[in-house]
Amino acid sequence: MAIRRGRGVAAINYPTGMNLGGDPTQALVHSTPTGNFMVTLSSVDLGQGMKQIMAQICAETIGVPTDRVVVDTADTDTGPHCMGTFASRGTHRAGNAVIQAAREARQVMLEVAAEELEVNASDLETDGQGNILVKGAPQRSISIFDVALSAHFKRGRSISGRGMFLIPRSYPEKETGAMKPSTCYAHACTVAEVEVDDETGEVTVLTVKNVFEIGRALNPKMVEQQLVGGSWMGISHALYETTEPYYPDRDHGGTDFNQYLMPGPGDLAQTEIIVLERPSADGPFGAKGPGEMCANPQIPAVANAVFDAVGVRIDTLPITPERILRALKAQASN
Amino acid sequence: MELRKSYFADQRKDDLHEIGQPRPRSDSPGHVTGKTAYFADRNFPAMLHLKMVRSPHHHARIRSIDISEAEMHPGVVKILTAKDVPHNVYTILILIQIGPEDETVLADGKVRWKGEAVVAVLAETERAAHEAAAKVKVDYEVLPAVFDMEEALKPGAPVVNEYHGRNYYLYDSGECRKVRFGDVEAGFAGADHVLEQTYQSSPIEHAPTETTGCIVAPEGNDRFTCYTNTQAMFFTLDNASIILQMPGNRLHFVGGTVGGGFGGKVDVIVEPIAILGAKLTGRPVSFIYSREEEMQISSPRAAEKVVIKDGVMKDGRIVARKVTGYTDAGAYSRHSPYGAQKGAGHYPGPYTIPNVWIDTYCVYTNRTPSSAMRGFGVTIGDFALEVQMDKLARLIGMDPLEFRFINAYRDGDMKAHRQPTEGAALIECMQEASRAANWPVAEKFMAMSSYAKGA
Repeated sequence: MAIRRGRGVAAINYPTGMNLGGDPTQALVHSTPTGNFMVTLSSVDLGQGMKQIMAQICAETIGVPTDRVVVDTADTDTGPHCMGTFASRGTHRAGNAVIQAAREARQVMLEVAAEELEVNASDLETDGQGNILVKGAPQRSISIFDVALSAHFKRGRSISGRGMFLIPRSYPEKETGAMKPSTCYAHACTVAEVEVDDETGEVTVLTVKNVFEIGRALNPKMVEQQLVGGSWMGISHALYETTEPYYPDRDHGGTDFNQYLMPGPGDLAQTEIIVLERPSADGPFGAKGPGEMCANPQIPAVANAVFDAVGVRIDTLPITPERILRALKAQASN
Repeated sequence: MELRKSYFADQRKDDLHEIGQPRPRSDSPGHVTGKTAYFADRNFPAMLHLKMVRSPHHHARIRSIDISEAEMHPGVVKILTAKDVPHNVYTILILIQIGPEDETVLADGKVRWKGEAVVAVLAETERAAHEAAAKVKVDYEVLPAVFDMEEALKPGAPVVNEYHGRNYYLYDSGECRKVRFGDVEAGFAGADHVLEQTYQSSPIEHAPTETTGCIVAPEGNDRFTCYTNTQAMFFTLDNASIILQMPGNRLHFVGGTVGGGFGGKVDVIVEPIAILGAKLTGRPVSFIYSREEEMQISSPRAAEKVVIKDGVMKDGRIVARKVTGYTDAGAYSRHSPYGAQKGAGHYPGPYTIPNVWIDTYCVYTNRTPSSAMRGFGVTIGDFALEVQMDKLARLIGMDPLEFRFINAYRDGDMKAHRQPTEGAALIECMQEASRAANWPVAEKFMAMSSYAKGA
């Protein structure tokens, strides 16, 4: 009886957005008299930080600091339609809608600034700090605050924009299955190292090294929180979780966190995250949806590492000590 | 976390100001100091609490329901049964034309899974609602149930759901979603090795911190505001509008920060019945799942069975792949026909294989309806595919990572569902994993590219 060590690899891809498309999201953007910008959506922030990302996308597009943007969302009386936050679609779909709305608002903003500075709007640029400058002559400038005041009280303009993103729905061909499930895919490769106690069947995941390709890390810190959390969830799926431990037997289902097993902090592996960026053709600044795919590759990587360690295949999830011990017993009797 | 900018540097301009910056989340201080408001933080005067009477049987006919004793229980204000729900038989994906309507808001004549909602009790306190629910008398005639997908698909198996009339979802393509590409049998015939393996999973709970729920307040003008933690505001509003036969302009949905979704809050379960309760009583109604309900009543990730048959050559090329996937939908469709179909679009994984045959089935059994969860239609498929890849590599005596390089898809490769590959990056992920994990592969694989010509 011994502790045996093994490692396994898995490589995957994952589609961004609702399968087969047909899932619209709309956005509205307007400025307040103080030169701040409101993004209005009906999308839902699940705790992943959608509001923050939409603010950064709007700020980048208009050319202002992120803290000048406020996001109002998840109210069907005020927000335009969004299909919902699921299928790794939030950043991709809503982000594109916000870009379109922000571009329209930016154009009005530049037109008002052009009138104030007596130049063509096409000769203006933003400095990202809250000012609009004449290209090549930055001493001629106006603050966005002043442009907003002018638009509201002098020029009678609404600095606002409408945005919409819709990938037309694809219908699978009946006989061949020809279809367009998604317009872009995120990628991952994970290597997991485990120790398996061949006396107890217990698995300890020592390290998980994840490489994720996600198009563009719009906010690297938030990407990290999502990818680390996903990686932990993958380990949890591989080794611990189920509501029906003896599926298809319907009994013995857990009803609280004492019975429904999940890893605690001490059970989590040393986790490494490396991010690559190959911008997608239709993502906001090239972003793809990493939300779901980041929890997938750890499962087969751990399964393959368990085999590498003790030479038995557990092809049924979760890979419990009971299943490992039964497989070892069967292996010994053969 | 490390960003490796050396990859795809020619595909990207790094000229952005706000994007790519690790700005602190504006909502973090509220989260970590307990100031963020969630839907359940609202408390209205005279608010009622809704509790469900649930089926104790996996499959049973309802002979009769007697609410007389429960109605007399102190604090009970209203008791709802199937006849109170205007459009009681519904299915959520009807909004994208995926029918038939196959599920009841409150059971009508039959229950098809243990835990199914039968009677809704509205009372002044949670305790009164619980106690009264225990006094509702339902007379059941227990029917044979089926839990195993293989059993369910056999002729003569008990029919789980009469609205389908058979224990699988009928696609326009027939009993399963199909993908056909090349000649898979010819591929097996010409392969050096053929390996067929079966993979299986069990249902999984989303385990959000915040359980599913909503609070509905009448606005006094025949409009109702529903404070909810749904993941999809208009999707839920539109389905509630159908179920309640109430014009959408009478409904106002307010969400906000949700305490974890993971796909568990897209089923439209709590909102319609809570709105109905508010309409019939004229009082605010709170319907929030207990942890037990969250774990055993709300939809889990489906159990899946995946059978993969591969033909592989000694040099590492996979020449044929046949995948048969089974998704255990439980008693009702919810999002499962979509999930099974998503699997068909995902197989054979990120590999270029000339001959592919895919069948994905959505199967009905007498268990808690499954539905969406993070990685929907893909997670279990990836487990099966990537364990299969490991077995194939060992079968032909090849390094598992090198084996994947040989088969990895690249830009321009035709996928089984007849879309050319664009934006591939699997090779580069594997190259970086090789470095990071100190898992060396042959130099020719490190020189490969997903997109550069000749590499």
